[in-house]
Amino acid sequence: MNIQQRAAQPIFNPKFECASRDEIRCFQLQELRKQVAWAYEKVDYYRQNLDAAGIEPGDIKGFEDFSKLPLTDKTALRDNYPYGLFAVPLDQIIRIHASSGTTGKPIVVGYTRQDVEEWRYCIMAMIQQAGVVPGDRAQMAFGYGMFTGGFGLHYGLEGLGCMMIPASAGNTERHLMMIEDYGTTVLVATPSYAMHICEVGEELGFDWQKSTLRVGLFGGEPCPPKLKSEIEKRMYITCTDNYGLTEVMGPGVSGECLTSRDQQHIMEDHFYWEVIDPESGAVLPEGAEGELVLTPLQKQGVPLLRYRTHDLTSVTTVPCGCGRTTARMNKVRHRSDDMLIIRGTNVYPSQIEDVLADVEGASAHYRLLVDDETGLDRLTVMLELLPFAFTDSFAEMESFRVQVADKLKGVLQVSVEVKLVEPGSIERTMGKTQHLEDKRKR
Amino acid sequence: MIDQVTVFLENSTGHLAALCKALGDAGVSMHALTVADTASYGVVRIIADEPARAYEVLNAQGFRASLTKVYAVEVADEPGGLARLLESLDTADINVEYAYCFSTNANKAVDVLRLSAAEGAEEAIAAAGCRLLTPDELYS
Repeated sequence: MNIQQRAAQPIFNPKFECASRDEIRCFQLQELRKQVAWAYEKVDYYRQNLDAAGIEPGDIKGFEDFSKLPLTDKTALRDNYPYGLFAVPLDQIIRIHASSGTTGKPIVVGYTRQDVEEWRYCIMAMIQQAGVVPGDRAQMAFGYGMFTGGFGLHYGLEGLGCMMIPASAGNTERHLMMIEDYGTTVLVATPSYAMHICEVGEELGFDWQKSTLRVGLFGGEPCPPKLKSEIEKRMYITCTDNYGLTEVMGPGVSGECLTSRDQQHIMEDHFYWEVIDPESGAVLPEGAEGELVLTPLQKQGVPLLRYRTHDLTSVTTVPCGCGRTTARMNKVRHRSDDMLIIRGTNVYPSQIEDVLADVEGASAHYRLLVDDETGLDRLTVMLELLPFAFTDSFAEMESFRVQVADKLKGVLQVSVEVKLVEPGSIERTMGKTQHLEDKRKR
Repeated sequence: MIDQVTVFLENSTGHLAALCKALGDAGVSMHALTVADTASYGVVRIIADEPARAYEVLNAQGFRASLTKVYAVEVADEPGGLARLLESLDTADINVEYAYCFSTNANKAVDVLRLSAAEGAEEAIAAAGCRLLTPDELYS
C-alpha cells in the first residue's frame, strides 16, 4: 500500500496498529534481537558493556533476557561526543541533529537514509492519530535547525500530503498574518508559544472562531492540561501533544489520538518500551509509574539500547477506543531528574503547576526560583495576575497571595513563597520553557 | 467621586520610571502619585488629568492598571484641618482604607480618601465643613 492509500484511511498502518498484542510482541522481539546484534557489532561502547556484563547478542531469547542488558544514560552520549556512538561511517549519515544541551555539551545524533525514512513514517502515523489529513495546511512555528522538532514534523507532514508553510519560530505577527492569508489549518508549536500566538492575536483583534485553524500539534515541552484546554477554548482548535526525544529519534515516539486525550500511543513498530524503578533500575509491571526506557528497533546510525529517558510515566496495553492496540503511555508530567529537594522534601514542578491550575486569577504562566540566601532552601513561585484578580486593596491581594501559598503548602508539604508579578513579565519562549531557576550555592 | 489610576508594580529597578515615562510620552500629567509596597510588589496610585487615557495607555504597554473611585476633598491647609474631616467620618462610622494629601495652592490642600462605605460619606464630609471636588475642578 502506498502512502496516499495509507493516508486516506483512518489509521495509517492498521495491520500493525490494530494487531494482537502477541503479534506486536513477536515483531518487537525479532527486531530487538537484530538491533542488539547491530549495536554489539558496530559500536565499541555497547560491545564493551555487554562483554563486561557477560552477555552475547545470541543470549537474547526473550524480553527477560533483554532486560538484563545495562541501561544507557545521557552521559554515554556526552562522553562519546560527537560521533563515538555512531554505528556507520559518516558518509552513510545524511543528517545530524543535536539536543538543546542546557547543561554542558550538546549531544549529537546521526541518521542514515533509512533512519530518516523510518522517522518520517513515525511522524505520519502520529499526526494521522491527531486528526491531520492530506490536504491540511501546516504552519511550522518550531525553529528549523539542530533541534529535531522542526525538520522531523516538516518531512512527516509533507509525507502525508499536507501543504507545508515553513514559517519557523518567531515573529508572532507574521505568524498571524500567514494563518489568515494562507488559510492554515494545522499549527506546529510548543504549547507556550501557541498560547502566545493566541494572546497576541486577541490583542490585535484576530477572530479565532472564524480562522481556518483546526488542529494544534504540540511538542517540545510537556503541555499542562489547563494550558491545553485554555488554548482549545480560545483558539477554537483541537490540541494534541506528542512525545519524543532527540536521543532516540526526535518527535514521533508517541502521540495523542482523538479518543484517549491524556495518553499517547507509542509507535511500537519502532520502539520497545520498558518502565523501570528509577532508583533500582528494576523493570516494573505494566501500569506502574516509573521511568520510561526506550530502545529504537531499527536505528542504523546511532543505535541505543535501553535508553533512560528520565521521564516518569506508566504504560497500558489495554486496547484503545480508537481501534488501535498499540500501548499507550500516560503523558509525561515530570522527570526523575527534575525533582527538587526543598528542605528535605521532594517537590515536582508539575505538582505546583496542578495547584496553580485550580487558582482563579492566576494565569498559566509561572516561574520557580530556588535559593538558599537565608541559609535554608527557599522556593519562590512567581505568578502572573489576571486582570480581574488585581484590586486596589492590599488586603485582598495579600489574601489572594496567602491563599495560593497555603494551597501549595497543603499539597507540597513544604512552605513556599508566592510572589505576584506583572503580566507579561514571565518570558514566553518558542522552545522549551524554562520554568525553574535553581540558584542554590551548596 | 473621582477616578484614581491604580497600577500593580513589581519591586524591581526601573519599573516606576518606565511607568512614569509611559504617561509622560502620552502627555498625561500627574497631580499626585503614591507608592505603597509590600516585600515583593507595590501598588502605585495616581491622580492624573486624564485618568481614562492613563488607564488605556498603561494597559496597552503591559502594565496591570485599574481605575478606582476615590473621594477628593478640599481641606483648609491649617492645623487640625484633616483631623476635623476624619472625626466627622468616624462619627458616621465610615472607615478610611487609605488616604494621601497634596497641596494645590498656599491655603488649600486636597485629601484623597478611599472609604469603606459610600453611604453617608458626602454628608459627613460636608458636616466637617469640607468640600468635595468634582473631576473638572481637580483635573483643571
